[in-house]
Amino acid sequence: MITPLDGTVAEYAWLLPLLPLLGALINGFLSIAPRLGIAGSRGTVGDREAVAEASHSRTNAIVSVVAPGVLLAAFALSVAIFMAMQGAPMESPFVRVYARWMPVGTLSIDWGIQIDQLSILMSLVVTGVGTLIHLFSIGYMKTDPGYARYFAYLNLFVACMLTLVLGSSYPVLFVGWEGVGLCSYLLIGFWFSERANAEAGKKAFVVNRIGDFGFLVAMFLIWATVGKLDFVGAHAALGQIAGTTVLTTIALFLLLGCAGKSAQLPLYVWLPDAMAGPTPVSALIHAATMVTAGVYLVARAAPVFAGAPSASLVVATVGSLTALFAATIALRQWDIKKVLAYSTVSQLGYMFVAVGTGAYTAGVFHLVTHAFFKAVLFLGAGSVIHSLHHAFHTTHRHDDAQDLRNMGGLARFMPATAGAMLIATLAIAGIPPLSGFFSKDEILAATFARATSSPLGSASLLGIPGSTLLYTIYVLGLITALLTAVYMTRMMMLAFAGQNRTGTEEQSALHEAPAVMTAPVLVLALLALVGGWLNLPKLIPIGKTVVLEHWLEPVVGPSARRLAGDVVLPHETEWILVAVAVGIAVAGIAYGMLRFRAPMPDKAHAPADTGLSAVLSNAYGIDGAVDAALVRPINVLAGGVLARGVDVGVDRGFSAGGKLFSRTAAFFGQRFQDGDVGKYAWLVVAGALAMLGALTLR
Amino acid sequence: MIAEALFVSAILFCIGVIGVLTRRNMIILFMCAELMLNAVNLSFVAFAKMHGVTGHVFVIMVMTIAAAEAAVGLAIVISVFRHFGTVDLSALRRLRG
Repeated sequence: MITPLDGTVAEYAWLLPLLPLLGALINGFLSIAPRLGIAGSRGTVGDREAVAEASHSRTNAIVSVVAPGVLLAAFALSVAIFMAMQGAPMESPFVRVYARWMPVGTLSIDWGIQIDQLSILMSLVVTGVGTLIHLFSIGYMKTDPGYARYFAYLNLFVACMLTLVLGSSYPVLFVGWEGVGLCSYLLIGFWFSERANAEAGKKAFVVNRIGDFGFLVAMFLIWATVGKLDFVGAHAALGQIAGTTVLTTIALFLLLGCAGKSAQLPLYVWLPDAMAGPTPVSALIHAATMVTAGVYLVARAAPVFAGAPSASLVVATVGSLTALFAATIALRQWDIKKVLAYSTVSQLGYMFVAVGTGAYTAGVFHLVTHAFFKAVLFLGAGSVIHSLHHAFHTTHRHDDAQDLRNMGGLARFMPATAGAMLIATLAIAGIPPLSGFFSKDEILAATFARATSSPLGSASLLGIPGSTLLYTIYVLGLITALLTAVYMTRMMMLAFAGQNRTGTEEQSALHEAPAVMTAPVLVLALLALVGGWLNLPKLIPIGKTVVLEHWLEPVVGPSARRLAGDVVLPHETEWILVAVAVGIAVAGIAYGMLRFRAPMPDKAHAPADTGLSAVLSNAYGIDGAVDAALVRPINVLAGGVLARGVDVGVDRGFSAGGKLFSRTAAFFGQRFQDGDVGKYAWLVVAGALAMLGALTLR
Repeated sequence: MIAEALFVSAILFCIGVIGVLTRRNMIILFMCAELMLNAVNLSFVAFAKMHGVTGHVFVIMVMTIAAAEAAVGLAIVISVFRHFGTVDLSALRRLRG
């Protein structure tokens, strides 16, 4: 197919994943170079340490240039391709196949890259936010002995993520999908010497396997149904069978995959634990990019979901329940990163509501704005943790640097971080005119509009009419918005307002993060501030409206219309919806400010949570329940029954069988070769007769 | 004529085989082996009458090799006798495990 991108800079799209991969290889090599003795020294014992130190800092300097450098190059390339797309409207995607991967019978899977409006947008977000987070990491990981290894993983992650968003077929996307899962595992368990971190990485890996199983089954079904797996061909063919059971099944299995990757009910359990990794990792992987892969996949597979309205309703329902569920837990978390983790789960729920109701643009819009403000929040939290950690380090106190009860009044010590996080908080709470307001409002308005009248509203799920379900989802969305405002205000109040609870001696060591850390945060905060202008609603024309919707129209437009119809809410209704949403956000913030104003004791002196608070801070005890119901029985089964019984049994069986076989063979062999020449003669004659018989009697 | 010759050859061969299988004295075994070789020689000669000179060539060949074999074989028998004091095969079963 001919697209306007032919012969332009887009022909170099293959460089996009390869640049970070190159960075990963260089950094990976540098991280193992000392062990290989390449960067080692040959001096005397006395100065060897000094030389090693010098070579270490030299290595770090190279890494500090290479890691963000390749990201910046990839970002520049994305921007160039984006610019090249501005000229002419592009109706069909730009696809380039570079190599045949699995030509099996009628199935041909190729290594291909697909550039369209959605993938280039994702690529911009991944490389843009990625670059900033790489810069932040330079400051955050400065003193870590695993500096080069960290950046090798981080670069590898971006390479995989770009494979995921740019892949031109389901299997290529799946390669990226698994790759980011691997990098997530490696980075969650980055400080693997602590058992809990290694366990958290393992948990993320195992829970994601469940989702991947769904994704794989969906791919098998697609292949079995239409015999193709590339997006263009498969979606065209799947569009022909809209409304069939098999399409719904495919969509539901895809949803299972997305729920695993994007931490939706019931597979969300791994994300809060994933906070064991370094904080910039949480910002990049577990907030801005990887966890949104599920949302991306639903938007990418929009033709599949649009042809299966009941599956779309399931997506929206799962999303809204997750959003509410996670938001309640976030209300009573003491770990600043846990608050943000549950908040991420909750916001991902919003995105699922959007893509489930066919508001693909709104979902992607919220994905982008969320990447901005959640990255700010995580990086800001990283700065705070960094500062507290440093403070505790100077006084040799072992205390929790992530606990909100040990913070308080930090705005005085770190004004830039506090300001940036305040902007992000207002954005996530949905205060106009910040980015989160526009994206969240668009999701809620779209849900309401679909509930009023749309093909999706006319569909039904398990006998429940779609419109009833959608109204419920809308109300749940509003409640979630209220809770979001409350828990974010609580976090900000506890961390930045009031009296400082870090400790009198430690206070003098609290300080603002270095410029290499604050600068990316401020840039992201600016994006969180103005990100809403990406897609202003027609209702509030303070600039060019619905830009993103026009941009994504060729990719998701037809699918969105199939679910949403062409319902347009009257302006009065829309204004009421906006007023309700803003009112709720303001109420939540006001409540949070009043409720969490009072001074409180630090962690060591804090009373234990009781009643509902205890239930919530324990995240409803789900982790414990999963542990008791699944993990421990499996461990018992594996350690007791399988290891001691089956493994040892099989082992012994094999060795005993082997012994018996050799003994039998030896017994007969001995009888044939005992040195009795007479017997040999008999055997020769018998053999000759047998051959003679075989030849003559044939 | 050829039928009779082959018949005699077969009888001679069978006597040789039976001798090898049943007797235990190495000297007798050798003689039986010679008997088998000569039975084959007889067949060769008989067939040579029909198919030309090749059979004769083979007979000369077999006789030559049989002479060599007898020389080596009898030498072995002598050294076995010197070593074990007997030429009875059933006594030579050192390998029996």
